Amino acid sequence: MDVTQGVLAGDTRAIARAITWVENGDSRGAELIRCVYGSTGRAYIVGLTGSPGAGKSTLVARLAGLLAAKGHKVGILAVDPSSPFSGGAILGDRVRMFDVALARNVYIRSMGTRGATGGLNRTTRLAVRILDAAGFDWILVETVGAGQSEVDVHDVAYTTVVVMAPGMGDDIQAMKAGIMEIGDLFVINKADREGADRAATQIESILQLSMATGWHPPVLKVSAEQNTGVDRVIEAIEQHRSYLVQSGQLDVLKVRMAKLDVLEILKARLVDMTKTQLDRPAVQAELNKVVNRQSDPYTLADSIFEQSWRKT
Amino acid sequence: MEQKIRVLVAKPGLDGHDRGAKVLARAFMDAGMEVIYTGIRRTPEQIAEVAVQEDVDVVALSCLSGAHNTLFPRVVDLLRQKGANDMLVMGGGVIPEEDVPFLKEHGISEVFGPGTPLATIVEYIKTHVTREA
Repeated sequence: MDVTQGVLAGDTRAIARAITWVENGDSRGAELIRCVYGSTGRAYIVGLTGSPGAGKSTLVARLAGLLAAKGHKVGILAVDPSSPFSGGAILGDRVRMFDVALARNVYIRSMGTRGATGGLNRTTRLAVRILDAAGFDWILVETVGAGQSEVDVHDVAYTTVVVMAPGMGDDIQAMKAGIMEIGDLFVINKADREGADRAATQIESILQLSMATGWHPPVLKVSAEQNTGVDRVIEAIEQHRSYLVQSGQLDVLKVRMAKLDVLEILKARLVDMTKTQLDRPAVQAELNKVVNRQSDPYTLADSIFEQSWRKT
Repeated sequence: MEQKIRVLVAKPGLDGHDRGAKVLARAFMDAGMEVIYTGIRRTPEQIAEVAVQEDVDVVALSCLSGAHNTLFPRVVDLLRQKGANDMLVMGGGVIPEEDVPFLKEHGISEVFGPGTPLATIVEYIKTHVTREA
């Protein structure tokens, strides 16, 4: 199987293998991205984030179902936390996506965070590029259950949907920095439950305090489980997309994303390089000096950094 | 390069008993593997498709309904049809010993019955995953 050709032809097995490669930092993944990057930039990327249990997976499944029914190809990247102890993970988003999992034109891939703390996996953005090259019209990226500062999804998606459920905090919570600032639209899910109207009003009143001009994030009440209001979410995403196109913001975002693609690769290389340095036997003596307070972490970091540069 | 073993824990057929599957999922996670769980009552078609989409190294099938002789080989056949020949397919659940040779002939690499220590199964996976890097 030629994986690159397979990806470009939209072959499921090739796409799956390609994502494994980039996730593992396999050099074949890098080679593949080189070959297919020219075919990316066509998909529309939507991020979905929100607290654990807010209903992200269920909503993603509903959105994918509706988009697929309209004839679109939909790729889903669903991220769940990896264990900080074993490095393993239970990737369970799929359980709530089974109705749509086998629909034609829908591909779902579960990813562990593998040590990243921003709500995604470090290679999620590269996995997005693979799905883009494979011809998916829509790519839905679901974060781990996010608290307040897991905002990486904003660097991956054109439109970010923040999913909330009623009864999850007062309006001061909603004023805080972080996740509340990245929403291009807000979904109050489980709107069949008590408190949905109040939650929506609170979010709306907080959003009115924002000085941002141009786009005003709508607040939508939805029940993903009962499948009500989901079509409105798609309409709102489409409206945000038109806004980005007409205002020229989409082009700005695309420059930003290209820059971040490069930055992510650079970061991974730097981390690998410095970790290798840090594990060298020669460094252990220096490390012991830090332990015994005869040296300090900045001094050691400086010397490792200089040596890494000299080597490359 | 950091390679992780990815395991699909799947419940084919109509039985709704997934305590064992969940215990295994947890043990695999604790052993550093990435585990995708299908939930109960899945068809062999669903399981094979998910295995391919998720590019797993191992498919661990659990069945307590007695239909393993039909369901397990069917999963293997579907995987082969999709070109996924390099996945390790294992079975577990309430499986009479006399059925084990039949299952092994049909592509199930090993069968683990009730009472098997978790460490045995984890060790089996670690030594038998042969995926080219």
